[in-house]
Amino acid sequence: MALRGEEIPHAPGFVKNDHPRIVTARFDYEDSHTLERYEATGGYQGLRKALDRSPEDVHGEVRTATLLGRGGAGFPAGVKWGFCPPGVWPRYLVVNGDESEPGTYKDRLLMELDPHQLIEGCLIACYAVGLSQCFLYIRGEMAVAQERVAQALNDAYAAGYVGKNILGTDFGVDIVLHWGAGAYVVGEETALIESLEGNRGMPRLKPPYFPASIGLYGQPTIVNNVETLSNLPFILDRGAEAFTAIGTESSPGTRMVAVSGHVKRPGVYEIVNGTTTFRDLLYGDDMCGGIRDDNELKAFVPGGGSAPWFTTDQLDLPFEASEVGPQGSMLGSGAVMVMDETTDIPAAALTLTKFYAHESCGKCVPCREGGTWLEQILRRVVAGTGTPRDLELLIEVGETICPGDFPHAAIPSKGIEASPFPYRMTTICFVGPSAFAPVHSAITLFRDEFEAKVAGNEDHNWVEVAIGV
Amino acid sequence: MPDSFFSEQNLELAQEIIGRYPKPRSAMIPLLHLAQEQAGWVSEPAMAQIAELVGTTSAEVLGTCSFYEMFKRHEVGKYVINICATMSCALMGAGELLHHAEQRLGIKAGGTTSDGMFTIESAECQAACTEAPCLQVNYRHKYRVSPADLDLLIDDLAAGKLESEVPVHGILARTRQHIPADRAVGAEAPESVTTPPSWFAIEEAG
Repeated sequence: MALRGEEIPHAPGFVKNDHPRIVTARFDYEDSHTLERYEATGGYQGLRKALDRSPEDVHGEVRTATLLGRGGAGFPAGVKWGFCPPGVWPRYLVVNGDESEPGTYKDRLLMELDPHQLIEGCLIACYAVGLSQCFLYIRGEMAVAQERVAQALNDAYAAGYVGKNILGTDFGVDIVLHWGAGAYVVGEETALIESLEGNRGMPRLKPPYFPASIGLYGQPTIVNNVETLSNLPFILDRGAEAFTAIGTESSPGTRMVAVSGHVKRPGVYEIVNGTTTFRDLLYGDDMCGGIRDDNELKAFVPGGGSAPWFTTDQLDLPFEASEVGPQGSMLGSGAVMVMDETTDIPAAALTLTKFYAHESCGKCVPCREGGTWLEQILRRVVAGTGTPRDLELLIEVGETICPGDFPHAAIPSKGIEASPFPYRMTTICFVGPSAFAPVHSAITLFRDEFEAKVAGNEDHNWVEVAIGV
Repeated sequence: MPDSFFSEQNLELAQEIIGRYPKPRSAMIPLLHLAQEQAGWVSEPAMAQIAELVGTTSAEVLGTCSFYEMFKRHEVGKYVINICATMSCALMGAGELLHHAEQRLGIKAGGTTSDGMFTIESAECQAACTEAPCLQVNYRHKYRVSPADLDLLIDDLAAGKLESEVPVHGILARTRQHIPADRAVGAEAPESVTTPPSWFAIEEAG
């Protein structure tokens, strides 16, 4: 089968498909990151139109568009903006460009290939909500994105798009470029704020649940993801109606999804939200074109490393949170990782659990200790030195992080029904539960593989081991 | 300052960076990057001076510095090679790639070659999952890397062939943000702001 999607040499990883494009439309141009190209292709028109209207009106347009946050939680941006308490000033915007969820890879492309689109989005958000300063926080390991955004900001300042008296109006706002220094947990919005204040990047205790009430320096702060903000120029230029014409009523627009692992053509795809199914994505000939070597699909992670896994039974679910949640997982940050029939499932789960154990900030005991223990136990199971008791122990340790039923997919052939998302948790943020998610999914869906690894190994009497009998 | 860690030029830059934030402490991570850019790693004198610049103690700076993986508190190689070990890369052969790198350079992950040229690290997801297995040299990506590609990369780096493409460890973005004074709105301490921005107030009233 010939693959129809088109790769673009200067945008490694990105694949053009048959779907309408909102945020990646400019990727076709080799100079997509320059101000000249941006202006020549409708750039800063959304901002111009926004400045002709009242901030309240602009906010209303975004609310009407039902722009769902693209960072992971999927909360509507227009509603989030409305959480700023009235009469409390100043308010800030913090852009979350600390993309590091395993499998996720879209914000980096948006920053490298269309930085002005992001800058325009930041300006529209600041104007709509009365935000006095914007901090654009880019992940430390993304040197090229930092360079591209720095250049774009310098050009935008010189051209009068950022800073004082933007486009000759009274509107003025500074955008400050800020880099992280390597810490996954900083992607959590309150940890991001701590990091921006010069602290260790540890999430803040909740409530308050939204930094919109108490955020940077204790002030109302909007934290938005790069892809979320990159949609704003389109919404303001073309109108909310043009945006909601794509996708479904509850999940309008498009979203960027990275598909990696064992597919014929891994890539980052902009797909229609709400209606595109996992089967379209994995098997469509304008997209991934099937599993490598025409192997069987064994499992896939549907929404970034934190998400419970799916198998072939869930392929026909669409990219729609209200359908994926009840089936036991989440769409998260738009990342699908695919495992074919050759995959050693316990070993694959270990690559994720070790990630989250390593990235625990250490603030909550269940995550700090539990993540480490999950990794240690799983390591010996994968190495073939684990015991049958270890399989129970993995679940017991996981239950100290997430008590009660943990979400999982249905297995119709075994008569097992899905347990819906979300889970309960004993930690402040999602790092701890994320260490458990791959373990729980792998053991639930592929228990026989774990049993084969521990078969014949005798359980240790840990009391005897401890006292050295 | 008699024993300044920062060069005169970088000290000026540090002041410019601090001036962008409503509170000086927010400049801590950018200044740690600047220190690492100057020396390749972050030393105690660097942290002490950053503490002075942002108005805190060196223990506080160490607290922040030690949280973040990119800050090295000891010398590392001129080229730090981070080989991704997270799921998508692992599924596509990252384990073999790391093993090959360790064999080739005669060091274990986390180690530095005796000539100070190379450090290798087993790294976490680098947001290039479709191009697995991937690695970064001084935080610049290399995609779909085979063991043979890695050998070639090491040869080229050792021969100085990639100096224009890959700056030495410590240097991240070679383009800096510069906010021209006549265009800047300016940062104010949050305590000193009690009213909405003028343009927002005007719009609200109008």
